[in-house]
Amino acid sequence: MKRIAFFTVALALAFPAAAQKKYDPGASDSEIKIGNTNPYSGPASAYGTIGKSITAYFKMVNEQGGINGRKVNFISYDDGYSPPKTVEMARKLVEQDNVLFVFQTLGTPSNTAIHKYMNMKKVPQMHVATGATKWNDPKNHPWTMGWQPNYQSEAQAYAQHILQTKPNAKIGVLYQNDDYGKDYLKGFHDGLGGKKNMIVKEVSYEVTDPTVDSQILQLQASGADVFFNITTPKFAAQAIRKAYDIGWKPLHYLNNVSNSVGSVLTPAGLEKAVGIISSAYIKDATDSTWANDKAIAEWREFMKKYYPEGNQADVFNVYGYSVAATIAQVLRQCGDNLTRENVMRQAANMKGWRPETLLPGITISTSADDFAPIQAVQLERFNGKQWELFGSVLGK
Amino acid sequence: MTRRNLLLLAVVLLVACALPFLVSNYRTFQLTLVLVYAIALLGLNILTGYSGQISLGHGAFYALGAYVTAILMDKAGVPYWATVPAAGAVCLVAGFLFGLPALRLEGLYLALATFALGVAMPQLLKYHHLEKWTGGVQGIVIPKPDAPFGLPLNPDRWLYYFTLVIAVLMFVLAWNLLRGRVGRALVAIRDQHIAAEAMGINNALYKSLAFGVSAMYTGVAGALSAIAVQFVAPDSFNIFVSIVLLIGIVVGGLASISGALYGALFVQFIPNIADDISTAAPWAIFGIFMIGFVYLMPTGVAGAVRLLLAKRRSAP
Repeated sequence: MKRIAFFTVALALAFPAAAQKKYDPGASDSEIKIGNTNPYSGPASAYGTIGKSITAYFKMVNEQGGINGRKVNFISYDDGYSPPKTVEMARKLVEQDNVLFVFQTLGTPSNTAIHKYMNMKKVPQMHVATGATKWNDPKNHPWTMGWQPNYQSEAQAYAQHILQTKPNAKIGVLYQNDDYGKDYLKGFHDGLGGKKNMIVKEVSYEVTDPTVDSQILQLQASGADVFFNITTPKFAAQAIRKAYDIGWKPLHYLNNVSNSVGSVLTPAGLEKAVGIISSAYIKDATDSTWANDKAIAEWREFMKKYYPEGNQADVFNVYGYSVAATIAQVLRQCGDNLTRENVMRQAANMKGWRPETLLPGITISTSADDFAPIQAVQLERFNGKQWELFGSVLGK
Repeated sequence: MTRRNLLLLAVVLLVACALPFLVSNYRTFQLTLVLVYAIALLGLNILTGYSGQISLGHGAFYALGAYVTAILMDKAGVPYWATVPAAGAVCLVAGFLFGLPALRLEGLYLALATFALGVAMPQLLKYHHLEKWTGGVQGIVIPKPDAPFGLPLNPDRWLYYFTLVIAVLMFVLAWNLLRGRVGRALVAIRDQHIAAEAMGINNALYKSLAFGVSAMYTGVAGALSAIAVQFVAPDSFNIFVSIVLLIGIVVGGLASISGALYGALFVQFIPNIADDISTAAPWAIFGIFMIGFVYLMPTGVAGAVRLLLAKRRSAP
């Protein structure tokens, strides 16, 4: 008995800091284990580069000495965008690999599949890679948090802009009839507030529809002079082309989901897309505005050194870098208290911090009842060649 | 069945019962999925292995079973155990009805027709008039069942035993079905359908029956998978599910009951092993495994095991 007491005292003397250090599974003096699932294969494998750029980011962090002296062990599994596989992989990460938390699991259905499980297990489901609004629900799901601006905040930004610049607008809305479309629509309604009667026509389409031509005709007939286009890429291209062809020239707002120049505006015809307004929150490395930007230059260095096979024109790689920088900041804030609870507490305690790859003026702010890190976007207008940012940052 | 085989079977069952207490909850969950796959593979094997009809769309019945369970639990508050026979019954009828017109199609044409079904299923599940029940792209989240009667089992272990009991029932049923008149009739149709007809076998009836029973097995498996995964969504049931099932029966062994179990182990664990070897090209590694298996064991794992046992027996 005496001997044990002696050892305890000796231990306490040898490691004076040990008393303040607190660890949950997945954290130790030398390592922090983070889990992730990503669609490296399957229909959504274009997103796989996000997982790869995050892996590269942590390689860089580890080479530079880690976070508070601890190396990050980032374990990422392929789920092929299949929800049952995500469940299996999330369970593997939590129960077998004993990760401290999972981070950036990608896809709305995949995250829905593990939503309950993660919250039941009280393991943080950090910064999920989906724009659905339901991840911001600290009351019922205190272990889940999103990252990117959700669909509702984006739609609110458009509403705000319309109210400011065109208070007498007659608005026509086209939306995809599912939760993605309805999420946007709700945000738009909320954004207009008492002025909801500005909307003169709302029409929807199904993902299974071949075209949205008749919907565009209906909107034109309604006399709308502002068009809010809530569509996925294929339908967005159709809507832009049809509106132009029938000579309907409203002020056109296009959701961020479909603002890719390559896969939407080019097929629609670049000249037909001139003047369309959309939004962004991340610096696009192909945008000439950022040619001499310090953060983008640093990002290029990072890409060259740690992810040379990655495509520098792919905005997903800027996204992966930015979100990884965010979680690194959360972990720095955690200090030596690496419990799951503290990870959540620190993630919900970001006060205006920002990775420099976000657009200027956009910051990350969270609190105990606000689990939506990025809520601001900046509007951009298409000039026939590329998007041009304009105006100030909208949203919180 | 020889005494030796009975003994072997008893040992296998004993090991199966002991496993959840030897491994982690996560592994138990994976083993539950193995049993689920085994039931589905058994179903497809009845159709493809025994009666020789190729289906590239069994994922559709898997999805149907899963959705019947999820909808009954979510909308009607039916207890999970009661949804499994319901899912089986719905799929039996659906399979039989699909089998009727599909009968006119032979070989590759049937494969294509079933392929169409498999491809269409996720989109049908998203169809907006069905959204009230299916939850559209969102899918349905269902609660995890606890062990009943205060049994000292955690939910993972309980679900494993629940699945094990159903799997054993389904295997016994298949064994009885396939070793008797029906099984012989199916094999006769597969090998020489004109001769089978001449011997008085009602080809049409047996073929649709095979389709129905096969769909029922797959539906039961789908129902169990929904309970185990606690979530169904259209994205869970893409065409890949159907392809994986076909891979499972070929690797496990066509026209073999035990082959379903080997195939299930393959489709559950090999993708994970492939992912461990290379995250860059897991499917290429998976392909290498598949080619290796097919080359080394052309009659499936079950065939190889049979051969091995026969050799040992004939050795002095």
